[in-house]
Amino acid sequence: MNALTRDTNAWRLIGSIDDIPSQGARCVKNGETTIAVFRTADDRVFALEDKCPHKNGPLSQGIVHDGCVTCPLHNWVISLETGAATGADEGRTASFPVRLDGRDIYLNLEPNLEMGA
Amino acid sequence: MSKQRLVIIGNGMAPGRLLEHLFEAAPDAYDVTIFNAEPRVNYDRIMLSPVLSGEKTFEDIIIHGDAWYEGHGITLHRGEKVTGIDREARIVTGASGITAAYDKLVIATGSSPFIIPVPGHKLPGVLAYRDLDDVDGMLRAADRGGRAVVIGGGLLGLEAAAGLKSRGMDVTVLHLMPTLMERQLDPAAGYLLQKELESRGIEVRCGANTKAILGEREVEGVELEDGTIIDASLVVMAVGIRPAVDLAREAGLEVGRGIQTDFAMRTSDPDIFSVGECAEVDGRVYGLVAPLYQMAKVAAEHLSGVSEAAFTHAETPTKLKVTGINLYSVGDFGDGPDREDVVLRDAARGSYRRVILQDNRVIGAVLYGDVADGMWYNELLKSGEDVSKMRDTLIFGQAHQGGGVAADPLAAVANLSDDAEICGCNGICKGKIVQAINEKGLTSLGEVRAHTKASASCGTCTGLVEAVMALTLGDTFAKKAEGMCGCTDLGHGEVRRLIKAQGLKSIPAVMQELEWKSSHGCAKCRPALNYYLLSDWPGEYKDDQQSRFINERVHANIQKDGTYSVVPRMWGGMTSSDELRAIADVVDKFAIPDVKVTGGQRIDLLGVKKADLPAVWADLNAAGLVSGHAYAKGLRTVKTCVGSTWCRFGTQDSTGLGIKLEKFLWGSWTPAKVKLAVTGCPRNCAEATCKDIGVICVESGYEIVYGGAAGLHIQGTTKLGTVATEEEVIEIAAAMTQMYREQGFYLERIYKWADRVGYDTVKAAILDDLESRRAYYERFVLSQKFSQSDPWSERVSGVDKHEFKPLAVFGEDLAPATAKVEPAE
Repeated sequence: MNALTRDTNAWRLIGSIDDIPSQGARCVKNGETTIAVFRTADDRVFALEDKCPHKNGPLSQGIVHDGCVTCPLHNWVISLETGAATGADEGRTASFPVRLDGRDIYLNLEPNLEMGA
Repeated sequence: MSKQRLVIIGNGMAPGRLLEHLFEAAPDAYDVTIFNAEPRVNYDRIMLSPVLSGEKTFEDIIIHGDAWYEGHGITLHRGEKVTGIDREARIVTGASGITAAYDKLVIATGSSPFIIPVPGHKLPGVLAYRDLDDVDGMLRAADRGGRAVVIGGGLLGLEAAAGLKSRGMDVTVLHLMPTLMERQLDPAAGYLLQKELESRGIEVRCGANTKAILGEREVEGVELEDGTIIDASLVVMAVGIRPAVDLAREAGLEVGRGIQTDFAMRTSDPDIFSVGECAEVDGRVYGLVAPLYQMAKVAAEHLSGVSEAAFTHAETPTKLKVTGINLYSVGDFGDGPDREDVVLRDAARGSYRRVILQDNRVIGAVLYGDVADGMWYNELLKSGEDVSKMRDTLIFGQAHQGGGVAADPLAAVANLSDDAEICGCNGICKGKIVQAINEKGLTSLGEVRAHTKASASCGTCTGLVEAVMALTLGDTFAKKAEGMCGCTDLGHGEVRRLIKAQGLKSIPAVMQELEWKSSHGCAKCRPALNYYLLSDWPGEYKDDQQSRFINERVHANIQKDGTYSVVPRMWGGMTSSDELRAIADVVDKFAIPDVKVTGGQRIDLLGVKKADLPAVWADLNAAGLVSGHAYAKGLRTVKTCVGSTWCRFGTQDSTGLGIKLEKFLWGSWTPAKVKLAVTGCPRNCAEATCKDIGVICVESGYEIVYGGAAGLHIQGTTKLGTVATEEEVIEIAAAMTQMYREQGFYLERIYKWADRVGYDTVKAAILDDLESRRAYYERFVLSQKFSQSDPWSERVSGVDKHEFKPLAVFGEDLAPATAKVEPAE
């Protein structure tokens, strides 16, 4: 499955961008999975599984800066856009399609396939 | 042979340097007596501007401290102006009647600022810009606010204007000539400079002729010839200096514009030398430091023996010491029919350079903006080299000359000849630095400064000196303090200083003004900046939660599985059955997996789910328990023993004092965690000697120790001193914490801070100087007003609710109310 054939009903309204602090994150629970939804200083939103590829640290609890989040456990820096670890570290966390409609945030609960293919 | 007597009148930079050379060449030749009209030791006068702007303190610019005078057996009469020289009897007499006989005399009376004798020039509030007293006067005026009028748009006037502006005053510069700094800059560069100053909010009026200074009892304004009246609470006159020659004239020495000397710096009396701004050699007087230092060296050589040393005139480059303004000028840049100009302008970058040629030789250069090539032009000027072959590329700078030198600063320095001057202030050439590094095995910038003086004055050549070090030492050269993080090259110390000096009060302001390289910082610099701002502007700065590490944001410690640990405060390690019962109930109610006793005499509840935190805290609050800040870069615990209450060896109520300290200090944010202990006797059961601050009770009072560490690094404490009362212990602990709060680098523990600033410095400021201790203490008390509130109860009552609740929940049977499911459009 990819973004084009995705079930359009999978888009869910999860709340308003005002519910997330600027340079902060909130979590969305989907059964066993926790998805962290990030808001950057310039009001873009991103969604990643709330698990660092290193040791599953909760990325939602990290410091958000310049399109990245620093994991609170061991300071890995993860790209919000791709979910990939930056710098010398290697690994990728699942990312989810998310979009803004006005102030409303819509999240697709189906993760993106690996990007950059 | 008995020592000769050398008397020096004046204690400025030139005689200070003279003595350094003299002690090096002939350490035992003279008994030295100095008369200093200023009541202090020798300091770096050219660094007054950074003191005014707040980028440095007076202590930073002292050249010779008390110890230096003592070490060389110098008699220093401070605040003692010399009133007469009896050349017959060879005796100097001071204002209070002190006399000193000499075999050799050095007159280094310097210069006096020129005060324009307009009406009102004697009113209080009219200052010159010459010594530390003037700077103090300006700082007092800046505290009161209002407008400062600076008369004189030369080097000193503009530095004063920028300094006063950075201290928060409105500033107007009045300059008689049509463009600023006309002696050092051509009109084009003067225009760029004026534009830059105006963009910083400094009003500049060129062609302004002062008619009178207005005011009844003190300065109220300035009236110009054209009738304009400018309100002012401070007037700074920086229109020039005149050599101070009165004393020499009265003694019958030959005096022109200055005290006339030969090329050996000897006056018309062969036993009397003169150096510094008061001296006139070959018809010229000087005001910049480099030629003054040359005079000092020449005179020292003649004083230490027979010498051929002679003063030679050299063009001295000019730089303006205003942060962020780069200009460089050297030599002669007047127009003339036999002269050629080569000009390069880059309007977009606000940069300008002009090289003046005569007979294919460089005779002057003016650079504004990108000034890196200034030194190279100066070298061409000094060597008098024929530049016709590089005429076409000359203006682009050294990097564009042949030999394949790329635009690499290291390569440019590598290309300099050995006699290329690196440090203009001290006249130190590249070869001398390389030689010192090789011969003395120098590896740090500090050592190079100590041995060669290169970059030890105004410091603008620091980068060049480092480049020379890098070239000489290769990979073994570890560069000085690194930037805080990848977002800036500035180190923590510079950032802290500039936050205060420039009055920066928000993270975006710091990033903008200090030219951060990233748009919003990173996880390293943001928490540091948040702390610095919180510490420097108590009550004004609003804590940025998103720049705090998660533990400080949610007031609990994150664990490896994403759960949290909760540690309630137990004052001084004391608890009660009620508190223990409440803790036990919380553990049962929230199924908290582990309960642990900590090293700091607290109880740790491990494995609490984030969503449960507010409810856990609510129950703990209900039993009177508050946050233990076990997560904080702040006061953690005050560990105690039972002391005289129970222990048969206890000398004082260590538990009670521990509780008092904890109640006083809790809630304050510090650069890194702070742990205390109070132990009731030297047996030290509370382990006070490895804490950040420890108190050891003894029969006669309280011994205070600090700077201990027992983590990655193990270090015993250093003794601060012994005091008699609990009140003194509390005041000292608070004052020391505040000093650390103001000076520490983020994540730097007290022991590292004290290692860096020096234990003597801390002791002097906190134990010995009662006034300084009190001032730190009061600033701590003020800051506590804004930080002593229990973060748990705040969150129980709803602060930061969003932190603890999911935004939405899907896929559970509970049908959560927050979840909305809507089809896309």
